[in-house]
Amino acid sequence: MIEQTGMITEEASSDEPALSSFASLVDIPVTVIEPSRGLSFIDLQAFWHYRELLYFLVWRDIKVRYKQTALGVIWVILQPLASMAIFTILFGVLLDAPSGEVPYPLFAFAGLLPWNYFSFALTRSSTSVVTNANLVTKIYFPRVMIPLSAVISGLVDFVVSLLVFVVMMVLFAITPTWAILLLPLFLLLAMLTSLGFGLWLSALNVRYRDINHLAPFIVQIWMYLTPVVYATTLIPERFRFLLSLNPMTGVIEGFRWALFGPGVTDTVLAPAFVALSVGIALVVFFTGLVFFRTTEKTFADIV
Amino acid sequence: MSDIAIRVQELGKLYRIGTAAARHDTLRDALASLVRPSRSFSGQDNKASNGSHFWALKDISFEIKRGTVIGVIGRNGAGKSTLLKILSRITEPTTGFAEIHGRVGSLLEVGTGFHPELTGRENIYLNGAILGMKRVEIDRKFDEIVAFSEIERFLDTPVKRYSSGMYVRLAFAVAAHLEPEILLVDEVLAVGDAAFQKKCMGKMGDVAGHGRTVLFVSHNMGVISQMCPQSIALREGRIVDFGDTREVINRYLKTLQDGNRAYAIEDRFARYPDRDIVLTGSSLLDQDQEPTDLVIAGQPITMEFEYRTRNNPQYAEISLTIFNQLGIPVSHLNTAMLAGPLGPLGERGHFRCTLEDTPLPSGSYRVALAVHLHGRRVEEHESALEFDVDDSGFFAHQSHAALQYSTMLLRHAWLHGKA
Repeated sequence: MIEQTGMITEEASSDEPALSSFASLVDIPVTVIEPSRGLSFIDLQAFWHYRELLYFLVWRDIKVRYKQTALGVIWVILQPLASMAIFTILFGVLLDAPSGEVPYPLFAFAGLLPWNYFSFALTRSSTSVVTNANLVTKIYFPRVMIPLSAVISGLVDFVVSLLVFVVMMVLFAITPTWAILLLPLFLLLAMLTSLGFGLWLSALNVRYRDINHLAPFIVQIWMYLTPVVYATTLIPERFRFLLSLNPMTGVIEGFRWALFGPGVTDTVLAPAFVALSVGIALVVFFTGLVFFRTTEKTFADIV
Repeated sequence: MSDIAIRVQELGKLYRIGTAAARHDTLRDALASLVRPSRSFSGQDNKASNGSHFWALKDISFEIKRGTVIGVIGRNGAGKSTLLKILSRITEPTTGFAEIHGRVGSLLEVGTGFHPELTGRENIYLNGAILGMKRVEIDRKFDEIVAFSEIERFLDTPVKRYSSGMYVRLAFAVAAHLEPEILLVDEVLAVGDAAFQKKCMGKMGDVAGHGRTVLFVSHNMGVISQMCPQSIALREGRIVDFGDTREVINRYLKTLQDGNRAYAIEDRFARYPDRDIVLTGSSLLDQDQEPTDLVIAGQPITMEFEYRTRNNPQYAEISLTIFNQLGIPVSHLNTAMLAGPLGPLGERGHFRCTLEDTPLPSGSYRVALAVHLHGRRVEEHESALEFDVDDSGFFAHQSHAALQYSTMLLRHAWLHGKA
């Protein structure tokens, strides 16, 4: 760890505090702890250093989630299928909601796929700092990893449902187009959106436990404000831009576009609206990050 | 290379009083405070001490040389844990700065992040990563950790099925294999059975021997004096002493007695002409008969009361009543119940009373004492001894008993049957 040259420097200058402390910069990491001022942004170096911890936090989340359940990972398949069935009956059959050229069950599933991921990631991440209070008060590591690990661990469930969706595509004989290659981008947008709101809510939750009650409620209302189980064509054209203020609209519309191919549904929003969704997601993410990083210093004191 | 490992200058930490009471703030309060802006979320303003703030640490400055092992002593609330939390970057200082040369590992608790549903094997990796070990490092030390913990057979059992002893052994085994350049340790040896504690102390001794810098907080004066050549004493957030451990401990215990019980013997004899015995001092001794000021629930503790006599009384009956911080008498102890009168007394001496298991919830306690000579009450003291209890090691998984529901801790077991 300590290089030979550093040792020599020490011999030569051990009587001179100024010199020797200068020399120490060469060999040993020096951490300066002092009160921080103003706003903080991400510390990528610390983040990289603790990357293995992020891995273990995600791993723990996944490992623990279906322990001591009889059905285990089958829940991941059952949940979206059951909600798809219910929405198909409600919207597809009883209300006869339009779904373009795509059969309604598939249309709903394509919306539920990212939505379920989002709702899971958001609910989990918003309570994550508080549920990990024992870590926050006892160990130092980049706190951002807590909500981030919640957002990442939700991907496992997502991938399983995606496989179910692929099976359904085959059953309904729908061939994907090149657009499906862009699916990861929209998934990324979903992650960014849930992390952005998750950062805000988890930091607020440390001080205001109201968030525990608020988060599930927000998610529930939000779903109906997002074209998850209905198409945007249901909304009068002049109000449609309101939908795109909701970043999840961009995600869901993007998913349908990528899964069914361009031009297959007439429900897709104009690209400009999707761009607006993305812009808002980015704003929420960056402000959330700054808010989280700025308030995280007090987490250990008040959580 | 500098030979300084930790340099701390004018470090201070300001807390808002009532943080604990107001910790579940509601949005309604926040909205109300928007109307009259008073406190910011980050707590940066309102620094002027207006009575609702207190300094948990103030003007702390010291330097620690590389490779030394330093003890930190002080009563509960003296700022020991706050100091370690700042140095391990869990919380930020309000003033001053600290400079740390080298990789820091902190051990503020054993088993941080243990998940009851995960197996012993899985928890070793998880806990290791949380403590800052790399995966390859854990791989390399895995067998050693398992051997140290003595739980080989249960490696693939979820830790929720472990006994409290196994749980602690595994947790400590992981922690003991942490090898940073600077190690910050807070009172973690207060758990586990005596034999395992000895083993852990040996391991900690090894750590100190390998040129690592260790900052070690403990209430256990025996451990401190055994492991740390030098110590820092904190009182009310300030450093009151720093130097050779034996001297620091001696001075510290003296201030404890001075601060708590300044019994001017002659005064008391003069004030109470009818008393032929007076109390001159009291102290707490841990299971190794070393002075301490913290009682660990689940471990033996000895209360010692020194006395002087006049007119040559022969035997005394002693009774003690332990009160908790709510003023509720928790238990009454009386020589008449067990030993009978103690004596012959002589001119001076001490009474000792040892509690075997100390099943008390965390909190502050006082001991009222009464002495009877030949059936007549001759000396009494509302608060002959005061102590704090830490109950985190009493049950498995370190859950604290809520004081409002518990005046004592009962050893118990759960069983479930279905009709």
